[in-house]
Amino acid sequence: MKMNRRDFIKTNAIAATAAAAGVSMPGVSQALTREEIKIRWDKAPCRFCGTGCSVLVGTKNGRVVATQGDPDAPVNRGLNCIKGYFLSKIMYGKDRLTQPLLRMKNGKYDKNGEFTPITWDQAFDIMAEKWKETLKKKGPTAVGMFGSGQWTVWEGYAASKLYKAGFRSNNIDPNARHCMASAVGAFIRGFGSDEPMGCYDDLEHADVFVLWGSNMAEMHPILWSRLSDTRLTKPGSEVHVLSTYRNRCFDLADNGMVFKPQTDLAILNFIANYIIRNKAYNKDFIGKHVNFTKTVTDIGYGLRPTHPLEKKAKNPGKGKISKISFEEYAKSVEPYTLEYVSELSGVPKAQLLKLAKVYADPKKKVASYWTMGFNQHSRGVWVNGLLYNVHLLMGKISEPGNSPFSLTGQPSACGTAREVGTFAHRLPADLVVKKKAHRDFAEKIWKLPEGTIPAKPGYHAVLQNRMLKDGKLNAYWVMCNNNMQAAANMNEETYPGYRNPENFIVVSDPYPTVTAQAADLILPTAMWTEKEGAYGNAERRTQFWRQQVKAPGEAKSDLWQIMEFSKRFKVEEVWPEALIAKKPEYRGKTLYEILFRNGQVDKYPKQPVTDDRGNVYDNDEMEHFGFYVQKGLFEEYRLFGTQGPKKGHNLGEFDQYHKVRGMRWPVVNGKETLWRYREGYDPFVKPGEGVKFYGKPDGRANIIFAPYEPPAESPDAEYDLWLSTGRVLEHWHSGSMTRRVPELYRAFPDAVVFMHPDDARARGLRRGMMAKVMSRRGEIEVQVETRGRNRPPRGLVFIPWFDAGRLVNKLTLDATDPLSKETDYKKCAVKVVKA
Amino acid sequence: MARASARKLSRRRFLVDTARTASGVALFGLGVGLYAKRSESLPATAIRPPGAGAEGDFLGACIRCGLCVRDCPYDTLKLALPEEPVATGTPFFEARKIPCEMCEDIPCVKACPTGALDKNLTDIDQARMGLAVLIDQENCLNFLGLRCDVCYRVCPLIDKAITLEPRHNVRSGMHALFIPVVHSEACTGCGKCEHACVLDQAAIKVLPDRLAKGELGRHYRVGWKEKQRAGGSLVTPDVEHRYNLPEGMEYDYEGQGLKRKGADTPFPDNPLDSLNRKSGGRP
Repeated sequence: MKMNRRDFIKTNAIAATAAAAGVSMPGVSQALTREEIKIRWDKAPCRFCGTGCSVLVGTKNGRVVATQGDPDAPVNRGLNCIKGYFLSKIMYGKDRLTQPLLRMKNGKYDKNGEFTPITWDQAFDIMAEKWKETLKKKGPTAVGMFGSGQWTVWEGYAASKLYKAGFRSNNIDPNARHCMASAVGAFIRGFGSDEPMGCYDDLEHADVFVLWGSNMAEMHPILWSRLSDTRLTKPGSEVHVLSTYRNRCFDLADNGMVFKPQTDLAILNFIANYIIRNKAYNKDFIGKHVNFTKTVTDIGYGLRPTHPLEKKAKNPGKGKISKISFEEYAKSVEPYTLEYVSELSGVPKAQLLKLAKVYADPKKKVASYWTMGFNQHSRGVWVNGLLYNVHLLMGKISEPGNSPFSLTGQPSACGTAREVGTFAHRLPADLVVKKKAHRDFAEKIWKLPEGTIPAKPGYHAVLQNRMLKDGKLNAYWVMCNNNMQAAANMNEETYPGYRNPENFIVVSDPYPTVTAQAADLILPTAMWTEKEGAYGNAERRTQFWRQQVKAPGEAKSDLWQIMEFSKRFKVEEVWPEALIAKKPEYRGKTLYEILFRNGQVDKYPKQPVTDDRGNVYDNDEMEHFGFYVQKGLFEEYRLFGTQGPKKGHNLGEFDQYHKVRGMRWPVVNGKETLWRYREGYDPFVKPGEGVKFYGKPDGRANIIFAPYEPPAESPDAEYDLWLSTGRVLEHWHSGSMTRRVPELYRAFPDAVVFMHPDDARARGLRRGMMAKVMSRRGEIEVQVETRGRNRPPRGLVFIPWFDAGRLVNKLTLDATDPLSKETDYKKCAVKVVKA
Repeated sequence: MARASARKLSRRRFLVDTARTASGVALFGLGVGLYAKRSESLPATAIRPPGAGAEGDFLGACIRCGLCVRDCPYDTLKLALPEEPVATGTPFFEARKIPCEMCEDIPCVKACPTGALDKNLTDIDQARMGLAVLIDQENCLNFLGLRCDVCYRVCPLIDKAITLEPRHNVRSGMHALFIPVVHSEACTGCGKCEHACVLDQAAIKVLPDRLAKGELGRHYRVGWKEKQRAGGSLVTPDVEHRYNLPEGMEYDYEGQGLKRKGADTPFPDNPLDSLNRKSGGRP
């Protein structure tokens, strides 16, 4: 149907009138369709969780006007959760930050001044001044950065490079420390290589699903609908759920178990014991592919060394594992009998047996999933490992349906934080700063003189806050996260460091978060499709997107900020003369020139970004720097996987990712890998080898015995309740995006304290009343909820952390897993009284 | 503060509104007739407070004192203004604007001096203000397969008044649809679901019972429900059935029908059974 402009306007007018009058007119629907055509659609991964759903982003007149679930995406096939449904609104909160803001008094920077708009030039001036002053006074260990599992791949890579190679400081750590570090620790200890062996296809291939501390029904909604579909359609399939309170997963559970906090350690050892007593283990598999080991015990709780618990511990922070025989292992798990573990955990014997039997049945394919219940655990690395023990004993691993699977909470916890290695101890592709060979390799790729990268791991997330408070970390950049709302024990360990007069704190964010409020300088940031990006989801799937719209005002991407800041440093200002002498051609150059104009990163000239439908896209970084920054960074980064000393981290070529809805690494000769370590599926396992855990020198995975040890803080007479924190489906993380969507705010406005009605009654509280929740570290006021989605047992309360108005991290304890340094957000002691 | 002032109606505003309504009524020549009619029927969006009972009885007993409105801690209840299609001065709420928070102590009922709100209602779960109905199954996100289920999670009687019934998503082939189903035996009509529905127009709405509920013909019973209620079959169960079956097969009368004995694979447990099958050696 052809229409001229006049007709079109006329029809539109009729349509509007008709719509107002509530009648439909013939011909009107075609006109509206024409309107729709003007929307440009392009693919992008969702901005929120680690599931990695793909959406199509609809852009019109420079604005994202709509999104739709991508019907051709393999993860979600056109579906979204309710957060994904509102993606188009997250960039358009009324209070977007659009210009740099500095605390000023009388026209000058003042730590106690008012936030005042300044230019980017002024912002970098004061930043560079503070960084240079700090470097000069105290050296590289006094500058730091707190990054993100929501950074795009190249943002994390550029930041890591700037810190580790440029400033020669390993004090860069991502918020993924709070979420995935325990999983990483166990992958490395068990298999010598990070990230899951399986993929989401296991959701269709497994017969039995076991959720260990994962409220998948709310936190990975689309994966939950896949799991549920298998449960519905596959005869004989079962769902087992373990949690410290009843959550929405119990709805579907064939075996729902509420256990006492921390006793998951004992339950897993019971299952191993059951398998061994009943001689159900896979003798052939453990004979060929497994080493038996044990880990050092009594390791403390990652608190400050002065804390009584650390002084009391025999081996604080120790993670050494040593070989034992199968018999010794069998003896170690022997005390974990059904009677003992049922008593300890509070789970009825019949239910524990039912669970043990599905693992022990060689005919049943078992997929185990976990998220923060395992990872945010003062024995997180242990508990991850104890689950691998069970799968390894049975050989139920690395094949379709048999899959221990660590789910991620952030969209690029895998792709950026872990694969790029933005942790204080890591380098890209599983390399670590501690190993000389790994540093040498990184220095070779980065064209740096030998000895540039420091060998000592930097301050991890929790230590960064402590060092800020103690005045040892003084110039600090927080990017793409909201740590003032996230980090545990905010009153005692986070806030004091940010407001320490010795420190200069920079926060880059699209919105005025509580972290931004505590900053000295705020940098306005471009988000999601306001830049070209790449994320890596939980199943090793790397997904790219193009820039769809421009950022508002002066907001710039994290990548732009990092690279632009690097221009402010001459190498002489940051490197010692001896180091420069090894590479005299770098003399007089800026960090920008050394790190980003090295002939690799700037290899790809400026070019139009197009798709095969003839659309042309912006790329503001390419425009600004004059070369295809994202491509150059990615292609350099890729060398770590294809040429690095650690096998099996190969990524595909940059251009290819723009043509597909993600690829699961290792990608070798253009082919993706679905199941790792298994012959036929994994190109690094040679014919005849069957299974090979090639991350370890002998190709064998470690079964690591670890015992039950109690949590750092348990309820007592005064603080008589457990506190667990977590998320809700409607909001993502600290709510800085989702709470700016009116519909999501209305759906779950403020945080509440979920508690047992009897616990409420015993304190003179009723549903809807305000209660004061207090720990030894702080207190907050929240409304009591005794009904609804979460049903804690007596003795435990649950508070979600999305609410900036009720900061639950004032209550939580900064006890961490001493091995992974990840905080336990699921266990501390509180009391609840009438407000 | 803003809420409180919005609720207060100035005398001036009241007079103006009343005059406006009056002139409107005169203009259309409907006069008192309309007014009288209005006091009998209630628009579908107007929900009465807990314990209100049948509309006619309620109107007879309510003295328009406004005490229930005064004592509502959430500003849910309001008094009908003359221009509103609800009997003037009577209490009601609109779920999409502010739903009932189902206070455990039910202050509105306590405040009622006449019994228009039934004093026998002491358990708020027994209130029947209306019934939630998932009206728009075309646009409800969960019917489309998305994972919204906000109405379900916001329901104070989750898993009783609203349940999620999983169904296979034929289109995607690998996801479940979670269909929200409202159960009239538990739904109080509080309207939290309608309020929280994230669509521009709510797909789920609270309606008065008379509009929301169908009624099964009295000549018919739902067999499986009757069986469940009786705790077993209403007539004697069958004696054991026996069937003519080839070797290796069995018939599960109450379950899946014809099946292979112990069948995990298509093969019999004993290899000789396959090898010695009477097929004359043909594979």
